[in-house]
Amino acid sequence: MGDPREPCDLPAHEIAARLASGEGSAGQVVESSLARIEAVDGRVRSFLAVTAEQARQRAAEVDRRRVAGETLSAVAGIPLALKDVLATRGIPTTCGSQILRGYVPPYDCTAWARLQAAGSVLVGKTNCDEFAMGSSTENSSFHPTHNPWDLDAVPGGSSGGSAAAVASGQAVWALGTDTGGSVRQPAALCGVVGMKPTYGLVSRYGLIAFASSLDHVGTFTRTVRDAATLLSAIGGHDPRDATSLPGPPPDLAATLEEGVRGLRIGVLEEGFGEGVEPGVRDRIGEAVDRLAALGAEIGEATLPHAGYTLSAYYLIAPAEASSNLARYDGVRYGHRADDPRDVVDMMTRTRGEGFGDEVKRRIMIGTYALSAGYYDAYYGQAQKVRTLIIRDYEEAFGSFDLLLSPTSPTTAFRLGERTDDPMAMYLSDVFTIPANLAGVPAISVPCGVDERGLPVGLQLTGKVLDEATVLRAAHAFEQDLGWTTRPPLLEAAAG
Amino acid sequence: MASNDAHETVIGLECHVELSTATKMFCGCPNEFGAPPNTHVCEVCLGHPGSLPVPNRKAVEYAIRIGLALGCEIAPRSLFHRKNYFYPDMPKNYQISQYDLPLCVGGHLDVEVDGRTRRIGITRVHLEEDTGKTVHPGTTGRIAEAEYALEDYNRAGVPLVEIVSEPDVRSAEEARAYLTELRATLLALGVSDVRMEEGSLRCDANVSVRSRGAAELGTKVEIKNMNSIRSVERALLFEEERQRRALAEGTPLVQETRHWDEDAGRTLPLRSKEYAFDYRYFPEPDIPPLEPDPAWIEEIRASLPELPAERRARFAEAFDLPPAQVRVLAGSTEWADFFEEAVRLGADPRAAANWMTQDLAGLLNQHRVELSGSKVTPAHLADLVRLVGEGTISSAGGKAALEEAFAKGASVEQIVEERGLRQVSDVAALGAIVDEVLAENPGPAEQFRSGKEGVIGFLVGQVMRRSGGAANPKLAQDLLRERLLTGG
Repeated sequence: MGDPREPCDLPAHEIAARLASGEGSAGQVVESSLARIEAVDGRVRSFLAVTAEQARQRAAEVDRRRVAGETLSAVAGIPLALKDVLATRGIPTTCGSQILRGYVPPYDCTAWARLQAAGSVLVGKTNCDEFAMGSSTENSSFHPTHNPWDLDAVPGGSSGGSAAAVASGQAVWALGTDTGGSVRQPAALCGVVGMKPTYGLVSRYGLIAFASSLDHVGTFTRTVRDAATLLSAIGGHDPRDATSLPGPPPDLAATLEEGVRGLRIGVLEEGFGEGVEPGVRDRIGEAVDRLAALGAEIGEATLPHAGYTLSAYYLIAPAEASSNLARYDGVRYGHRADDPRDVVDMMTRTRGEGFGDEVKRRIMIGTYALSAGYYDAYYGQAQKVRTLIIRDYEEAFGSFDLLLSPTSPTTAFRLGERTDDPMAMYLSDVFTIPANLAGVPAISVPCGVDERGLPVGLQLTGKVLDEATVLRAAHAFEQDLGWTTRPPLLEAAAG
Repeated sequence: MASNDAHETVIGLECHVELSTATKMFCGCPNEFGAPPNTHVCEVCLGHPGSLPVPNRKAVEYAIRIGLALGCEIAPRSLFHRKNYFYPDMPKNYQISQYDLPLCVGGHLDVEVDGRTRRIGITRVHLEEDTGKTVHPGTTGRIAEAEYALEDYNRAGVPLVEIVSEPDVRSAEEARAYLTELRATLLALGVSDVRMEEGSLRCDANVSVRSRGAAELGTKVEIKNMNSIRSVERALLFEEERQRRALAEGTPLVQETRHWDEDAGRTLPLRSKEYAFDYRYFPEPDIPPLEPDPAWIEEIRASLPELPAERRARFAEAFDLPPAQVRVLAGSTEWADFFEEAVRLGADPRAAANWMTQDLAGLLNQHRVELSGSKVTPAHLADLVRLVGEGTISSAGGKAALEEAFAKGASVEQIVEERGLRQVSDVAALGAIVDEVLAENPGPAEQFRSGKEGVIGFLVGQVMRRSGGAANPKLAQDLLRERLLTGG
């Protein structure tokens, strides 16, 4: 048989080129995406809500404009999935939590508002760890999501639903959020491209906060080129986010083909330490060789304070979360406990019933870290460590254009394997968290599979607002590797 | 207040002022009092998941105006913090406020008490957001008896400044003077309508009593729920007395928050449990540090209006008015502008001041209207002063004309004509009336001639009556004297 790929399996830029040339229609593309959801999501369980009817209407609208001769944007007609922590007007948004079951936001997050205006087609809202707290999507209060490469394995997290949806062709691309690696780690574990931009490049307006100073909107795509396109479409200053950086949306595709010749790439020594699986270490070693062969100058780099990363992160993030999640009290929206005796009873039981264990654990840690008498020792100290890590990056970027490491120390682990061991779960993000603490851009790009056939992700980290270099190197690597392996799930379906 | 006894009262005041910006502190909703419940709300001020606060530049400007007017230093870098506590009128269950790095620090306000000027230090002025309002339906309005509570979030997110004084206030009277001066200053700055009854100016007080001359403060009590300057004064008088009595009796005082009961006229302790808060302040990660451009601060400084204290000094100097009148006239922009406009239109300052502080103030008080809400204009006042000064109308006629102008707004000239208030100054016409009065009152005329000059007043009164109030009393008296001394 010929190409087993359906339209929904193509990268977005190929779909856009086809639509522009009049080959096929947005309607056909969205039908192929919806058919894939129908075919596989019973097993993968990426979605918390599928917006089939709205997607068909929007695709039809795109086709009307296309037939009328309008030039379409690069995102028009492309099936998109959104992590369920991104607010969508009129469409339930739950953060994977019982406390927001049935909550329908009255407004759109900025990222989706921009894509919507450009003709993007939303096929559904994806599963995630509750309030984005987790690394396996098992903390979703609705159901776990399965890795399309191995249905007994986790897709990573917290944006596991978005990663799995893109890996299995249910959406062509997706948005997730990345507070400590929640885009890059699931992208690595699901064999797709995951990009977290510079803090402030993409508006957080409508990103339901977990830890405000660490939260980023990020992208899941099949190719690096698509990451550049999607990021360009959602980036740029937003007056509704005071932490959003000034400036228009960047044109990140412009320098994509410039290659890596002469780029100085620092290989982080921490990336080959204890806890890194041999399969991961081998693929990353090969990736280094490949980049060298492509003309990059390779050197050894280090972030001396990386050892304090998890400690600092697990004080700052819970501290901010304990405040951000205070608003879920049953007064205005979301879950409310039945028959409260009084307001304190209502708030207490609403929160007790509505939040899951991991969320409660972090609220407790964060409340403690901010308490009178403990603030300096915990939150204050963690902020100092954060400053040291920012300086580590500045130091490293004095010698290098990019830093290289594995995205995750392991490939996808078994469902249930780490649910009783929070520390083991937290270690999944040991390589991704530093970029959140420093706000620097980082990408995870597939670099092959391990001995069990599970994908390995290569992480490249760049300077503040130097997305262009990150994307250009990742693109050169991706093109040279030419990795086209598909999850067995899809090969079986096609066969 | 006993000021020469062994004890001394120490008061610090914390005022919350709602700024009169067009929109709220962190979103674009209208900032407007009195709208139907929950009509001025959006995802930001309702604390919907994912929404973010963006500081209102106008509110920052107003806070800087206040800081500059109070002689504060404007911090080159200040921070918003989150103050965390659960309360249903607070949509996010934290209030965005300022903590250890406020916008304005270290100013002062000069107030006059008993003709002496007292300088009250200002610790800080910071920006924050207001909360919503909780309503407890039911017949009594008491929380404990209500079946449920309703929340109105129109006020949630309204910009507030908190102005904290140093513990420099020494009496309830000084507290009143401070609040009066602060209110006048804020009005002059145009940053708030400062209506205590609508809650746009709210005040809490910290009070303690210590041995005179002691370096350490006594046990501090915070008083809340005072809804007017008058109630602040009453509450402080009560609390001061309560604490002094306790000290005299040797009863230990506890550090606590007490509630002013306006009807009962006393302060009552609140359950201390309600105040066992740990607010877990931390820097607001959604808002970058506030770093106002120095050029902008200077622009704001240059645009500051004349403040009440400056105006008082100028009025006293320029118009030679007694202090009591200066206080009234210079006390508000409204009165000062009215007065100065009348003077500019030619009114004699002292006469204009008398008319304003006595007759006009009386009318306003009687009809319970503000000067700006009355029909009287500076032109009315200028005409009035001129016509009385020229003798065209009597001062009684002037009063009548002012009342008429107050009620109808017609010009003074027109009122004088319509109501025939013009004084009879025609010697022939008045002479005839004088002759009649003398003919009818031979007794008093005789008494005058025999040296009892005082009866001239009675005779003038008779002339006034017969003329229907239109006679020029000065001329009437002159004519009476002339006839009594030369004739008969």
